[in-house]
Amino acid sequence: MEKEVMSSLKMAGNILCSASSFIRKCIFGVLRVGPIPNHIAFIMDGNRRYAKKQKLSHDGAAGGGGRYDAGFWALMVMLLYCQELGVKYITAYAFSIDNFKRKPEEVESLMTSMLEKFHLLDILVKLLAVRVHFAGNLELLSNELRASAMELTEATAAYSKSVLTICIAYTSRDEILHAVRESCEQKRIDLEFGNDDDDEIKLMKVEKNMYMAVAPDPDIIIRTGGENRLSNFLLWQSCWSHLHSMWVLWPEIGVWNLVFAILNFQRNKTYCLDMKKKEKEL
Amino acid sequence: MPFSLHFSPTPLITAPSPLSKPFFLVPYYHTLYAPKSPPCSSTEHALTHQGKQEAFDRRPEDSQTLPLGLRRDAMPSHVAVIMDGNRRWARLRDLPVRSGYEAGVESLRKIVEICCKWGIKVLSVFAFSSDNWFRPKVEVEFLMSLFERGMQEDTGIFFRENIRISVIGDLTKLPKALQELMVNLEEATKNNTRFQLIVVVSYSGHYDVVQACQRLALKAKCGLIEPSDINVSLMEQELETNCTEFPHPDLLIRTSGEFRISNFMLWQLAYTELFFAQSLWPDFGEAEFLKALLAFQQRQRRYGV
Repeated sequence: MEKEVMSSLKMAGNILCSASSFIRKCIFGVLRVGPIPNHIAFIMDGNRRYAKKQKLSHDGAAGGGGRYDAGFWALMVMLLYCQELGVKYITAYAFSIDNFKRKPEEVESLMTSMLEKFHLLDILVKLLAVRVHFAGNLELLSNELRASAMELTEATAAYSKSVLTICIAYTSRDEILHAVRESCEQKRIDLEFGNDDDDEIKLMKVEKNMYMAVAPDPDIIIRTGGENRLSNFLLWQSCWSHLHSMWVLWPEIGVWNLVFAILNFQRNKTYCLDMKKKEKEL
Repeated sequence: MPFSLHFSPTPLITAPSPLSKPFFLVPYYHTLYAPKSPPCSSTEHALTHQGKQEAFDRRPEDSQTLPLGLRRDAMPSHVAVIMDGNRRWARLRDLPVRSGYEAGVESLRKIVEICCKWGIKVLSVFAFSSDNWFRPKVEVEFLMSLFERGMQEDTGIFFRENIRISVIGDLTKLPKALQELMVNLEEATKNNTRFQLIVVVSYSGHYDVVQACQRLALKAKCGLIEPSDINVSLMEQELETNCTEFPHPDLLIRTSGEFRISNFMLWQLAYTELFFAQSLWPDFGEAEFLKALLAFQQRQRRYGV
């Protein structure tokens, strides 16, 4: 009797999954009639509030799962949906340089969690043929974490279906400063060796030296957690991006949030593309 | 909308200011202010026979009460505005585009007046961006003449109200007469301290960073600095917003319902609270500004931590 009930429940579950998968495919099909963003960036805000709601501690007791586990899986789910939709570039703001100012035990817990997740990410991205790139001042990370990140970057360098950029030890101002320093250094060398007699540094030169040079500018920047600010994320690249803020906490983000964000983007796309082209002409 | 801006009950505005008058002549008819605090000993002294003159000369914002709900201690020091929607405003009324711009100027005058009243120190307005040069020539020429006319007409007000004017952007692309006017006005008002209006013209955030980079590269070429020495402080000294004590806007307001930065002050907006208003710029008045400020004051700013 029990086995029959379990079997019926399992069948009902499968039917529901298939039905929701079918509905999702239909919705995605409708979305693809309009322009699909080439690059979506996520500010993954709300993990701590979610953990507080679920009463998760640093080490993940009382709830089964680390504090940031749910956030990691939310990113993987978003990656899957974006791939299905045809979004080629996905960027996620995982850890800001400003986050180093948090309590040391929290930072350590986050670093440990990230190291664990890199191993898991290694398996998942190879299954999905996703190229992984890390943007940020990796010198600020521990040797182990940095080595793990470089290993993952090299292991996935050949994949081209989609590109996942994880911003870690990153702030946009630090990125711009890095690009400015590199541009000034290159200009000085060029002038010294007579490779260039023009004092001017062009916009393209600065852009080439950004950590985010691997990806085009984001079409949409989605921020969860209800705040309406960029928090030092992709300032240079966000000039024409559609900014979308949502109240849902990052671990709770779902397919409908993504669909709504893309629908909003589709209303504004043409203007943004025109402006990008014109700025390049200037 | 998931944006869900923090709305509060709209205060009653009983007498709208006539469009044609310069802002400083607009009577203060606004109601629904927070009740004044009971007189304390210093106020009593000010109201005595000898103190009456002092009270009369006291700056308006020191004793001016704020609308209900606004806290003076939580007012943003620097507010930036992307004044979007002037052309749409005109099209909706079957008016020529120039009417939209003129209405936009009046709206700006009102907001400047309100900023002075409510103790905001700096207001930056995105008057003309680098990509606006692509607009029809007639429209661009009209805008240039509008800037010239507006600055000439309001010069007296700037001096009388102790307002400092700063102009940032690539001014080399502007007509010579306008360039001269702007530079002279900046110089003449540089010692004014009550309020600073930063007019952002022929500007883009990318241009600002690149010109700062070029200046730093020149210093590196001359041996004044090493490229590796370039840090936040050196960078900010070279950005166009080095003209103000508060270079980073606390609040950015964009009107007309568009959700983007449009290449405005990219470096400076790192921790700025963003507020997207649905109304078009000429319709953006005290009520909408109050909503934006109330929303700002309710936000928890963590500065990335």
